[in-house]
Amino acid sequence: MNFPAIWTIYVHEMTRFFRTFVQSFISPVISTSLYFVVFGTAIGSRIQEVEGVSYGAFIVPGLIMLSVMTQALSNASFGIYFPKFIGTIYELLSAPINFLEIVLGYVGAAATKALFIGVVILGTASFFVDLEVQHPLAMIAFLLLTCISFALFGFIIGIWADNFEQLQLIPLLVVTPLVFLGGSFYSISMLPGIWQTISLFNPVVYLISGFRWSFYGAADVPILVSLLAISGFMLLCVGIIWWIFRTGYKIKP
Amino acid sequence: MAIIEIKDLKKTYEGGFEALKGVSLDMEEGEILALLGPNGAGKTTLISALCGLISPTGGAASVGGHDIVSDYRAARSLIGLVPQEIALEPFQRVWDAVTFSRGLFGLPRDDAHIESVLRQLSLWEKRRARIMELSGGMKRRVLIAKALSHKPRVLFLDEPTAGVDVELRRDMWETVAQLKADGVTIILTTHYIEEAEAIADRIGVIDKGALLLVEDKAALMARMGRKTLLISLREPQAKVPDALEGYGLELADEGQTLVYTYDTHAERTGITGLLQDLGEAGLKLSDLKTTQSSLEEIFVGLVKESAA
Ligand SMILES: Nc1ncnc2c1ncn2[C@@H]1O[C@H](COP(=O)(O)OP(=O)(O)OP(=O)(O)O)[C@@H](O)[C@H]1O
Ligand SMILES: [Mg+2]
Repeated sequence: MNFPAIWTIYVHEMTRFFRTFVQSFISPVISTSLYFVVFGTAIGSRIQEVEGVSYGAFIVPGLIMLSVMTQALSNASFGIYFPKFIGTIYELLSAPINFLEIVLGYVGAAATKALFIGVVILGTASFFVDLEVQHPLAMIAFLLLTCISFALFGFIIGIWADNFEQLQLIPLLVVTPLVFLGGSFYSISMLPGIWQTISLFNPVVYLISGFRWSFYGAADVPILVSLLAISGFMLLCVGIIWWIFRTGYKIKP
Repeated sequence: MAIIEIKDLKKTYEGGFEALKGVSLDMEEGEILALLGPNGAGKTTLISALCGLISPTGGAASVGGHDIVSDYRAARSLIGLVPQEIALEPFQRVWDAVTFSRGLFGLPRDDAHIESVLRQLSLWEKRRARIMELSGGMKRRVLIAKALSHKPRVLFLDEPTAGVDVELRRDMWETVAQLKADGVTIILTTHYIEEAEAIADRIGVIDKGALLLVEDKAALMARMGRKTLLISLREPQAKVPDALEGYGLELADEGQTLVYTYDTHAERTGITGLLQDLGEAGLKLSDLKTTQSSLEEIFVGLVKESAA
């Protein structure tokens, strides 16, 4: 393992983040606050408790997941798309490093940024509602798994995309709807029967449900299924990335 | 042992285009090879295959005895690459760009080395500047600095002097000479024949994916070099005198000059006989001059031959 090279890539990716640190910090604080004003206070005051917790508290895990997924995805996809786009990827390909090291550097940095934003949102939310975390270890595990697997997914999109439109296509057309329909702002059990069944095909449901369980101990689907789903998704991404580097897909003719 | 060994290296791009049709080449340590060839000849493809930017579809190659595919880590850690296209991050600072490259090779920080590289390439004053604030020639030098950041033993320079002014080009030749003195092996591609003539030990000519020849520069010029003898006459002639037929002479300068072309390595050059016959034909000479054909003519001749 070429650890110094991994660290070099990681630090390089993080510098962009630190250069815009204030934005990186302020924007999740503002957007979370807005969500609480709109959903938590305005709408939440008309909604009774959901699964035994106030609506404001209920949406916190979903809110965190929403941001963490989109941040991990966009950071990782842009991170690897950029060198491909401007041509500096030649350096990665001609250095004495392998695909695992490249992925660890890029995905590690994207996951770190997403994790940071998740923590900021959690902190901001604690100002608005009383939070309890019943299973802190599970919470950390879910958070980390989500950061990493969506960063891996983003890495794949970044390699696949030929232009900026494609880079934004998947997050916009697939991920955002899945996340919004994944039970961020409601419990699946609130849906009419047929939609409950359809929801079970949405992988994000398992994530948000599992994550919420780690807070309040209540879940839409069994916690073990959630864990299996996210682990399976991560393995799938790793497999695809391994295939990408083995075949040189889009990066090494 | 040769530091670079290329055996029958092939590359067929997806879609079936054969960009390298079995290239073989050995290079000794500290040698400089200039690779000449028209656009699309396969120069960049050859370099890219050796550096890991593309996967060869046939043959094998090793650098420092390490196979470039199975033992890529050891092979690549010896290699520095300066690509043909300028590819740099516009917002990055020169210093960070160069240290990043070194880090990718897994080496610890070495500020003294980076400083000496930047000074050698006249970039030291610009170390805090962002890439986008540099001129084209400076950016090219940043690429070179990045390639030298890990002290490579083998350096690939893909058209390093394209778009570089005359003075800077000479500076670069000097840099190359210094690297050679340090024992670095260099393959460079260029479209400037005088560049190959000035700095290379050996010259390779590639066209349509095949190496047409690789030869010692001096030997190449001697072997293929034809000399021309220019004979200035006191009185202009309307035609080559009949007595001098058989020498293949040509008249130039409105009959003022006789041009005789001969091969320096032929058994006899025919000069003695010609001069005697000139005297017998009653021609008075005012001056004699010989010129040697340049590498450029040789190169153009070779490529034309391969096209025919
Ligand atoms: N990725 C690719 N896919 C298909 N064909 C390619 C690819 N890259 C290069 N080629 C083709 O391979 C041939 C050799 O290209 P290469 O870049 O090696 O030429 P070159 O000798 O470096 O030319 P130049 O002097 O213009 O830089 C060209 O015909 C080119 O079109
Ligand atoms: Mg080229």
